[in-house]
Amino acid sequence: MSMNTQGRPTGTTNVNPSTSSGAALLPDEPLLFEIGDTEHSGVDLPDVTLKADRLGGFRRKMPLDLAGLTEPEAMRHYVRLSRLNYSIDSGMYPLGSCTMKHNPRLNEKMARLPGFADIHPLQPISTVQGALMLMEQLAHWLMTLTNTAAVALSPKAGAHGELLGMMAIKAAQAARGQAHRKIVLVPESAHGTNPATAAFLGYSVRAIPARADGTVDAEAVRNALSDDVAAIMLTNPNTCGLFETQVIDIAQAVHDAGAFFYCDGANFNAIMGVVRPGDLGIDAMHINLHKTFSTPHGGGGPGAGPVVLSAALAPFAPVPFVRRSEGGLELVEHGEGQALGRITAFQGQMGMYVRALTYMLSHGGDGLAQAAKDAVLNANYIKARLQSVFSVPYPQYPCMHEALFDDSFLDQTGVSTLDFAKALIDKGFHPMTMYFPLVVHGAMLVEPTESESKQTLDQFCEIMLELAMDAKAGNKQNFVSAPINAPRRRMDETRAARSPILKWEREDDASEAAQ
Amino acid sequence: MRYLPHSDAERADMLAAIGAQSIEALFSVVPAAAMRSSGLDLPRHSPEFLVEAHMRGLASQNHAAGDGPFFVGAGAYRHHVPATVDHLIQRSEWLTAYTPYQPEISQGTLQMLFEFQTQVAKLTGMDVANASLYDGSTGTAEAVLMARRLTRRNKVLLSGGLHPHYRDVVCGYLKDDADLVCLDASPEGQGDILDRIDDQTAAIVVQTPDFYGHLRNIETAAAVAHAKGALLIVVVTEIVSLGLLEAPGAYGADIVVAEGQSIGNALNFGGPYLGLMATRQQFVRQMPGRVCGETVDADGNRGFVLTLSTREQHIRREKATSNICTNSGLCALAFSIHLGLLGEAGLVKLARLNHERACALADALGTVKNVELLNATFFNEMTIRLPVAAEPVVEQLAGRGILAGVPVSRLEPGRPELENLLVLAATEPNDRCKHC
Repeated sequence: MSMNTQGRPTGTTNVNPSTSSGAALLPDEPLLFEIGDTEHSGVDLPDVTLKADRLGGFRRKMPLDLAGLTEPEAMRHYVRLSRLNYSIDSGMYPLGSCTMKHNPRLNEKMARLPGFADIHPLQPISTVQGALMLMEQLAHWLMTLTNTAAVALSPKAGAHGELLGMMAIKAAQAARGQAHRKIVLVPESAHGTNPATAAFLGYSVRAIPARADGTVDAEAVRNALSDDVAAIMLTNPNTCGLFETQVIDIAQAVHDAGAFFYCDGANFNAIMGVVRPGDLGIDAMHINLHKTFSTPHGGGGPGAGPVVLSAALAPFAPVPFVRRSEGGLELVEHGEGQALGRITAFQGQMGMYVRALTYMLSHGGDGLAQAAKDAVLNANYIKARLQSVFSVPYPQYPCMHEALFDDSFLDQTGVSTLDFAKALIDKGFHPMTMYFPLVVHGAMLVEPTESESKQTLDQFCEIMLELAMDAKAGNKQNFVSAPINAPRRRMDETRAARSPILKWEREDDASEAAQ
Repeated sequence: MRYLPHSDAERADMLAAIGAQSIEALFSVVPAAAMRSSGLDLPRHSPEFLVEAHMRGLASQNHAAGDGPFFVGAGAYRHHVPATVDHLIQRSEWLTAYTPYQPEISQGTLQMLFEFQTQVAKLTGMDVANASLYDGSTGTAEAVLMARRLTRRNKVLLSGGLHPHYRDVVCGYLKDDADLVCLDASPEGQGDILDRIDDQTAAIVVQTPDFYGHLRNIETAAAVAHAKGALLIVVVTEIVSLGLLEAPGAYGADIVVAEGQSIGNALNFGGPYLGLMATRQQFVRQMPGRVCGETVDADGNRGFVLTLSTREQHIRREKATSNICTNSGLCALAFSIHLGLLGEAGLVKLARLNHERACALADALGTVKNVELLNATFFNEMTIRLPVAAEPVVEQLAGRGILAGVPVSRLEPGRPELENLLVLAATEPNDRCKHC
C-alpha cells in the first residue's frame, strides 16, 4: 500500500473490497434488564429516614425488580439503541399519509422554556396568562387557515380529534331531534381510524365506492344519503393523493340531507394557506399538528389533533376553552349550554401547541402556502419521473402532496410490494406507505413533503427506477431476501403474534411460566 | 424561507419535468371558488430571533413552578427530571422517527418499548402492559370500555375518589349511558363503592392514592368485585407512589391505568402526558393500543415488532378495540430512561423522599390554626379543610408568589360542601426548610 507524507494510505490498491455493513458502529445492544440490576442507580438522592410513615399498612411487599443504570451506562444504552432507528433527520421518509417533514429545533427550544414546560395545568389562571394567550393565538391561526368559526384544541391526536368531531356531530343531531340518524358514510379509501371512530360512537358505516379516477362520486353520495344518515367522513385531499373535485357538491348534498360533513384533515399539509376547508363546506376537521405543523412524531407520538368547527357545530365544542373577558383571558373548564364535556384531563397537548405556533410564526401565511405548494410540486415531480416505469392507477389529474402507484408494474416478477419496499431499505431509504389505501392493489403511497431538496428527490427516483429495472430483470432474490443491510433481517411477525412475548423475564421465570 | 430547500430555478426545472406551467396549475382541479389567489390575513414569515422573542414574551407571562414555593398536584406532579433524559430524547433518531412499522430499521424504538412494557408490568405488578396511551384520563375511559367487552356487561361504577377530570372524561366517552354510575365525591376517603356492586356490574374504578390523597383498600375492593364477576380497574395518577405502595397487581387488580407523567416528563400545562395500561395475560387481546413483542429475524437473531395488530384500527377498521393510532411514544421513552436511571434502588428512595416531604408538610399544616387535615393516610398529597373558601386563599397566595395547591372547587364547582377544601402535594423539590 502506498503512503503519503503523513503516513496515511493513498489509493485503493491491495485494500480488500469493502463488505462493511457498518456493524462495527452498530453493535447489538442487550436489554436494560440484562445490563442493569436493582442496586445500581444513575440518580443521587438524599437519604431519608421514615420514622413513622402514614401509609396505613399499604407498604409495598411485591418486589419491584427494576433494573437501574448509572448515568454513563444509561447514556450508552440509549445512544446505541437510537442508532438502530431510521429518522427524518437522517434521511427521506416518504411515508404517504404520514407527512414526515423536517422538525425545526427552534420548536423544541421554545417548548422547553420554563414558562411553558414548567407550568401546572391547575395553577391559578392569573399565573398562566401567557399560556392562554398562546392557545388563543394558535386558535386564531387554525381558524384563519381553515375559515371556520371555532376550534377545540384539546384532542390528543388525530384519532382523538376524529372522536371529538363525531361526538360534536352526534350531539348536534340530537339537539335537532335527529338522534335516530345512525349511519355514517365513509369512502372505501378512508383511513382505518374513520370507521373505527364511527363504530365507537354506535354508528353503522355505509361504504362509498370511488370513481374510476380515484375520487368520490357526488352522485354515489347523493344515492347513499337518507334521513338516517348523520354524517359523511371524507378525507380531502383523499388517501389516493387526489383533491376531491366534487367536494363542494358533496358538501351541499350532505347538508341538504340534514347530515354533517366531517373532514379527515390528515392531508391538510397539501393545501394549507392555499385552500380553506371552510370554503369547501366542511363542518368539522381535525388537524394533526404532528403532521402539518411539524411537531415531531417521536417514534409514535405524542401527537395533537385540534378540531376546527363550523358555526353549526361551534356551540358543541368541548371544555376547556379560552375566552377573553374584562380581566384578561379565562379558561372555561365546565360545560355551559350545549358544550360537550371533557375529552381529556387538563388542557390538551400544550407542548405541541408551542411547537406548532413557533412553526407557524416562522413560516408566516406566505411560507405555509409555499410549503403546501412545494409539497405538491415534489409529489408531482416524483410521479413524473417514475410514471414511465411505475404504474399510476389514477393518472387523470395532477396529484396533491403524495403520489400513488399500484403493483401492476411488478406483474410476473414474483416481487411483491412488501419485497420492493424492503429492498428500498437496503438502498438507504425508508419505505413508502404500502398496501394503503386499500382500494388500490399493492398500493405504494409516496409522500415526499416540502422538506426534500431536488437532489434528494432525484436520488430517490433513481433508486426507485433502478430497483424496478432489477425486479423486471428477474432478480427476485434481491427483493425476497431484503433487507440485508439493516440492523435486522425480516422479522417473524407470525411467531410474535402466535405466542406473544410482551415483556422480559428472567430465564428461570420464563421456563417456569412455560411449564 | 429557511425550511424550504428549493430555489426558484429548481422549481422551474421540476415544473418542466412535470410538464406544468406553474405550481398553481397543479391545483387546477381545485374548484375556482375555493382557491385562494391572495394571501390570508396572517403575518409573513419571520426570522428565528424574532419568533424566539415572541415566544419568550408569552412564556414570561406565566409563573413557572420553579419560580417559588409550589404545592400543586391533583393529577400532575412536579418532579426533577435528570438532564440525561432530555438530552437523549432530543437525539434525532428518537425524536424524528416515525411509528416503528418497519421493524428492520426501528429496532431502537421497538426494544425501548419492550423495555418500557416490562417496566410498567413490574411497577404495577401486572402480567402485561401496552406501549402507552394518550394519558391517564383517556386511558381510564379505554379501560372501562375494555372491561365491558371482557364481561359483556354494561354497568360501571366510578368511585368518589376518582379524579374529577377522569370521571368527566369517562362520562364524555360514554355520553348518554345510563349504566354509568358516578358516586359522590368522597373527600374523607370513605368507602363508597362496594355495596353498589351487583351481578350486572362490568367493572368498578378505584383510584389510589385517590384524588384527595387517601390510600384506598384495593384488596377488599378486588375481593368484592370478583365475587360478583366484576372487574377491578385501579387508577394511579402519581406513578412514583408505586415505589413505596403495594402494587395493584398484588391486590388483585384486573386492569391498571396510570398517568406516567411523574417519571421523565415535565408539567407542560397538561400535556403531552403518558397513559400507562397493564392487565392480566388472559385479557391481552382486548387491550387497546399498540403492543410490542419479541421475535426473531430471518437469521434467527432476537428482535422486536409491533404485534397483535389484529386488535387495531388499521387492520380491523370498525371492529377494532379502539380508534387509537398515535400514542405517547416519546413520553414513554422519557419515562423509560428516567426509570432506567432510577432503578429499583432509586425509585424506592425517590418515593420515600416524597413521602417524607409530605409528612413534613402535614406536620407543618397541623400547626396552622383552624386548618383541618382530612387524611389519616397519604403518599405525597393530602386535603385540608380551611375555615373559608379555598379558591380566594389560593389566589391571594399566588399574588405573593406561592402556588399553594388546587382548590377542589376548581374541579367540582357549585358544591358548597367542597368549597373549603384544598389539595396539596409535596414532591422532592419541596425542601422542608424553605417552603414549610
